[in-house]
Amino acid sequence: MTAGDPKVTLDLAQSHGLTAEEYDRIIRRLDREPTFTELGLFSALWSEHCAYKHSRVFLRALPTRAAHVLQGPGENAGIVDLGGDLALTFKIESHNHPSFIEPFQGAATGVGGILRDIFTMGARPIAVLDSLRFGDPADPRTRRLIEGVVSGIGWYGNCFGVPNLGGEVGFAPEYAGNPLVNAMAVGLVTKRGIFRARADGAGNPVFYVGAKTGRDGIHGATMASATFDETAEERRPTVQVGDPFTEKLLLEACLEAMATGAIVGIQDMGAAGLACACSEMPARSNMGMEIEASRVPQRETGMTPYEIMLSESQERMLLVAARGREEEVRLTFAKWELDAVEIGTVTDDGLLRVRFHGTVVAEVPVKALADEAPVYEKPTARPGWQDALEAFDPLARPASPDTSEALLALLASPGIASKEWVYRQYDQQVGINSLVLPGSDAGVLRIKGTRTGVAVTTDCNARFVYLDPRAGAAMAVAEAARNLSVSGARPLGLTDCLNFGSPERPEILWQFKEAVAGIIEACRALEIPVVGGNVSFYNETLGQAVLPTPVIGMAGILDEADARCTQWFAEEGDRVALLGPDAVSLGGSEWLWVRERTVAGRLAPLDLAVERAVHEACRAAIGARLLGSAHDCAEGGLAVALAESCVSGPRALGAEVELGSGGGCADLTLFGEGPSRVVVSVKADRARHFEQLMSEFRVPWRFIGRVGGDRLRIRAGDAGLVDLDLNRITSAWRGGFERYVS
Amino acid sequence: MNFGVVVFPGTWSDCDFHYVISEVLHQPVRYVWHRDANLAEFDCLVLPGGFSYGDYLRAGAVAGRSPVVEALPEFTARGGLVLGSCNGFQILCEARLLPGALMRNECLQYRCQSTHLLVENADTSFTRAMRPGQVLKMPISHGEGKYHADPDTLRQLRVKNQVVFRYCTEEGRVAKEANPNGSLDNIAGVINEEGTVLGLMPHPERAAEATVGGTDGTLIFNSILGTLVEDGSFLKR
Repeated sequence: MTAGDPKVTLDLAQSHGLTAEEYDRIIRRLDREPTFTELGLFSALWSEHCAYKHSRVFLRALPTRAAHVLQGPGENAGIVDLGGDLALTFKIESHNHPSFIEPFQGAATGVGGILRDIFTMGARPIAVLDSLRFGDPADPRTRRLIEGVVSGIGWYGNCFGVPNLGGEVGFAPEYAGNPLVNAMAVGLVTKRGIFRARADGAGNPVFYVGAKTGRDGIHGATMASATFDETAEERRPTVQVGDPFTEKLLLEACLEAMATGAIVGIQDMGAAGLACACSEMPARSNMGMEIEASRVPQRETGMTPYEIMLSESQERMLLVAARGREEEVRLTFAKWELDAVEIGTVTDDGLLRVRFHGTVVAEVPVKALADEAPVYEKPTARPGWQDALEAFDPLARPASPDTSEALLALLASPGIASKEWVYRQYDQQVGINSLVLPGSDAGVLRIKGTRTGVAVTTDCNARFVYLDPRAGAAMAVAEAARNLSVSGARPLGLTDCLNFGSPERPEILWQFKEAVAGIIEACRALEIPVVGGNVSFYNETLGQAVLPTPVIGMAGILDEADARCTQWFAEEGDRVALLGPDAVSLGGSEWLWVRERTVAGRLAPLDLAVERAVHEACRAAIGARLLGSAHDCAEGGLAVALAESCVSGPRALGAEVELGSGGGCADLTLFGEGPSRVVVSVKADRARHFEQLMSEFRVPWRFIGRVGGDRLRIRAGDAGLVDLDLNRITSAWRGGFERYVS
Repeated sequence: MNFGVVVFPGTWSDCDFHYVISEVLHQPVRYVWHRDANLAEFDCLVLPGGFSYGDYLRAGAVAGRSPVVEALPEFTARGGLVLGSCNGFQILCEARLLPGALMRNECLQYRCQSTHLLVENADTSFTRAMRPGQVLKMPISHGEGKYHADPDTLRQLRVKNQVVFRYCTEEGRVAKEANPNGSLDNIAGVINEEGTVLGLMPHPERAAEATVGGTDGTLIFNSILGTLVEDGSFLKR
């Protein structure tokens, strides 16, 4: 024990976020009261953030296997096979709580953390993506948050040297007190060069490498496992400060050290810092670990072992080297001017033993920390508000007086308008692999030395999830897969970032349970494995939970990167076709939100068999080089998809579209939203081949018009629905976002 | 032709330059560590983009005092050419091997976007494969690219034709709306008086292949290759 440690009591345990039952469980497991340091270890490792106490029972059913999955959930990141000797690793993670308290550093360190997860696997990061949600963009506080978050993400990734290949920005009042900042990173690794977070071989030395340890971020994992109240801003000291330069050095040093063959295993020190790394690594290997905490490089004086173990200082790694090869590790890190200090050894007694100047301050079974946190199956209850939401009929609302003006209003809405203001602050090209930059449905990278490409995206329409968590979450998976397919890529796997309110509320846990069930349904039908992910609960401030937001990050492969496709029309004279079912709904639509600030109604049905057929048809048509463009119909429906196809590319091209006189409501036809729908343009001389292909794949489809001119005209029989000059479309769509943020 | 690509802690365009020189131009190339001052084997050195030392002081300030940079005057005196792009340009200005300074972008934000460059001087070792008045397309990616020089220096630059590239519109008009960072006189790239050191903020290595960013950047490399072959300067040592 260390002199001056407070006496461990139930009160103290509860102030650490542990319940009375959990504290009791610890005492029974140890057969004694924990020391102060041990209490700190348990509180961090048993936090919701680290232990998935409330979610584990639901997540078990996620499909995680496939022949091409080299690493599923449970490691720093998942890995899928790219063929040959190459593999792709990717993962998404949230940094919501820190970003609300301190937007710039919170978002920046979110990028730093996810990059470390990627390069601990032995991979070089080749892309990041960011999925962001904020409150009302007209609120000046939101503007300050957006500016801080975007510049923080940009600062970290730009300095580190990784291109940003995409993401999303969404808005809803429910995010005002709890913005979401989810960052995804993607890395390339050779199959022989994959590393894992294991501590094998008793007697092997344990090295601490990277930046020095300070008092920043102590109890970050615990903070991320509680809701916010008025005092949120007082927690600023628990937000870490990022140093992307040191991270870049750490990347190069780690990859060089790995190449020497002297490294046995390696883990990032992220949430719960040393406490987590020193228990999870030996737990995976059925080993133990003994460390001398005083040897940890420190940048502050007088730190206690409790603080050293729980610090979440950034840009640090724990690695296990092969005994006898310590000098190779030291020399590599010295070249990059980084600390590499031997702080302990791997043992075979299954215990984490922490000494401080020789005195044992903690001695606990690693499995108790890493694997034995309680698993809760708390009650769920369908929220009372669901009935009213479903009863709402958007078609009973008055029709738009002028559908051309309605389209312009949608295009200028910050949720739909171009996000160039965001991504022009991010390096998109370093690495010179970027074939499709942000601004299309998915980012596409080439893999040098091969003909292969990789496509990446993040997606989630949280309004849909709110209205129907099961169908909405399935639609998020479907949309991500669609975005890859319209780029020409076959999905290989997904990583999910499940952002919800407090799981201790049965309504929220019901949303979570339903959403996970929806993800499972879609993954099974589309045959896409889940290879990793993250759960972020407690996204609540003063009782207001965020919209349920299961963000889906997905990566796919293009066998021929040259055959990729983008969302904008390419040539005058190309035929425009609509793939997918006709069923759409104004329930939960952008149209309803822009007009009435309402999220209500029923969703259009999702038929996963049709969804899958549409994806396959798109990929086949792109592979056969029949298409000039392909664009997912998402927020804003068919009319917005057509307008974006006209103006989002390097040069604007108009279109004449005839939807047929089906009758019905013009707003529904133009702005109704539904899954499985894609607008493509078919090269004029390949129309016949395209028709054959579509009938082979048995997808619903029809030609609806032709690319050309300097206007977008949409007719339905005799009725002119939209007639707009491209300049007006361009100015609404390109300027819509910036009008709010600057 | 022996190219060297200098690596400082925090450099990130090193691999991209290395790839373009070796895989696109098929020239021998080697990385040069920042502590290495022995440059005898090289004909052309590239100072790539990145955030050397995190750019935590001023962009390029620490790297501008490194052993490799201190060896550059002797290297150019022997006929070697030095190309600095992005952070490399900032380093060369900090080391006073090029006149002027690079300041924070006028918009106060990082900018990664495509730009157009007007070739102002096609009579240098780095631009001889271009036409005067030619418009090149090349991307930028920086937070501190606003070129600044005092009036005397600017006058000297004009008189001696040392402004090599200016930001312009797609049609070649040097205009405010084509200036991505608020650079003085839309200046995107300058050369030293001797014609041996070129610095520019845009990234030629990101415009060296048709599939990724176009091929205008290769004109710089082709000019360098032509110069080194024709002058035989690489044989002089």
